[in-house]
Amino acid sequence: MRNKVYPNAQAALEGIKDNMTLVVGGFGLCGIPENCIQALKDSGAKGLTCVSNNAGVDDFGLGILLHTRQIKKMISSYVGENPTFEKQFMNQELEVELCPQGTLAERIRAGGAGIPGFYTPTGVGTKVAEGKEVKVFEGREYLLERGIKGDFAFVKAWKGDKFGNLIFRKTARNFNPMAATAGKITVAEVEELVEIGELPPDQIHTPGIFVQRIFKGQNYQKRIEQKTVRKVSILCP
Amino acid sequence: MPLNREQLAQRISEEIEDGFVVNLGIGIPTLVANYIPNNKFVMLQSENGLLGIGPFPMESEVDADLINAGKQTVTEALGASYFSSADSFGMIRGGHVDLTVLGAMEVDQNGDIANWMVPGKMVKGMGGAMDLVAGARRVIVAMQHADKEGNSKLRQVCTLPLTGKKCVNRIVSDFGVIDLTSEGFLLKEYAPDMTPEQVLKATEGFMRIDPNCKPIQLKDQSPS
Repeated sequence: MRNKVYPNAQAALEGIKDNMTLVVGGFGLCGIPENCIQALKDSGAKGLTCVSNNAGVDDFGLGILLHTRQIKKMISSYVGENPTFEKQFMNQELEVELCPQGTLAERIRAGGAGIPGFYTPTGVGTKVAEGKEVKVFEGREYLLERGIKGDFAFVKAWKGDKFGNLIFRKTARNFNPMAATAGKITVAEVEELVEIGELPPDQIHTPGIFVQRIFKGQNYQKRIEQKTVRKVSILCP
Repeated sequence: MPLNREQLAQRISEEIEDGFVVNLGIGIPTLVANYIPNNKFVMLQSENGLLGIGPFPMESEVDADLINAGKQTVTEALGASYFSSADSFGMIRGGHVDLTVLGAMEVDQNGDIANWMVPGKMVKGMGGAMDLVAGARRVIVAMQHADKEGNSKLRQVCTLPLTGKKCVNRIVSDFGVIDLTSEGFLLKEYAPDMTPEQVLKATEGFMRIDPNCKPIQLKDQSPS
């Protein structure tokens, strides 16, 4: 069997070059491939196009690649919460393509599923529609949106096996399953790496066919952007 | 007296029916969850991949892998499920979500909504708002009727970049409850201590007063 297991993020990033397009999983700082992002920083690759729902915060997530000016363009749905981003965007040092969140998810899904474009009702009559084909189906207008593929995709899963089968945890799943399908080379980092056969086949979210490289991540920070708690316990009826 | 934020949220909670799946936006819409009565079974959808949002966690339950679309830590409700962003927006775009409640900077008499960018200011992005207004079965907007200078935010035509066209069903503002019809705004209810004529005067867009227009009545209720 071809070995998919790499010792660490640095090794798993072999082949990363300037000006590549990267599809990166995560929502905010939840479910982001922390190890891969750090290794991308260390690689020094620049001119990158990053397809990711958000751009991290100033000092974490994709934000650290903005600091080092390695990112040329972001394709995202929401990029608040990041002063570095704001500064570079206002100074026109950073290109940004804002894309509705559902359209972004579907573009990545389509890219990975061999679908070059699809029609969606989202964004009709807005700035998002500028320059895009509009087609009417059953009396309603739809926009043509394009699928997205990446040279690399980086995803974070909870558990994975050595074939690359992945299981995500709670809302850390988010964009990761689609991102996994959309990379020419998909790198998965996992909290727990197990032997083939140890994950129940019925529980697998991403089949290993989509994953070319896998490694056990280290030192997860799992930062929380907004910690909200309640004081009193609620009894279930 | 115009409604305050909590009263707005309470009035909107009455729009939620037993068995509904509801997506609540950030801000006043989030407060609506506090007023859903316990005798209604309602599933709250979070577009980052959770159907069945529970209350905020106790300190000991905080889990970085469990957040809502506002990136706040939450818990899962009984019967909850997790899914990918593609499935989440399949629910939203596919018309499976009964109701969404969003904030807005402007709504016009055609039902167009603007809530994501102001030209010249830093643009943060539309997030899931364009998908929600295009796909939810019912779109209710929670908003202030006028800006700080007293200018109506219920316009003839939106002046800001749109989030969606002809998609708003109802507005609950601090001045009243207003439906969108083929003939513009229709005032259904008005804030206690205001008159329908005052609401009409405070509205730039074309508005009619429903013959059965009545004052908003809020039940005596603290957040559940």
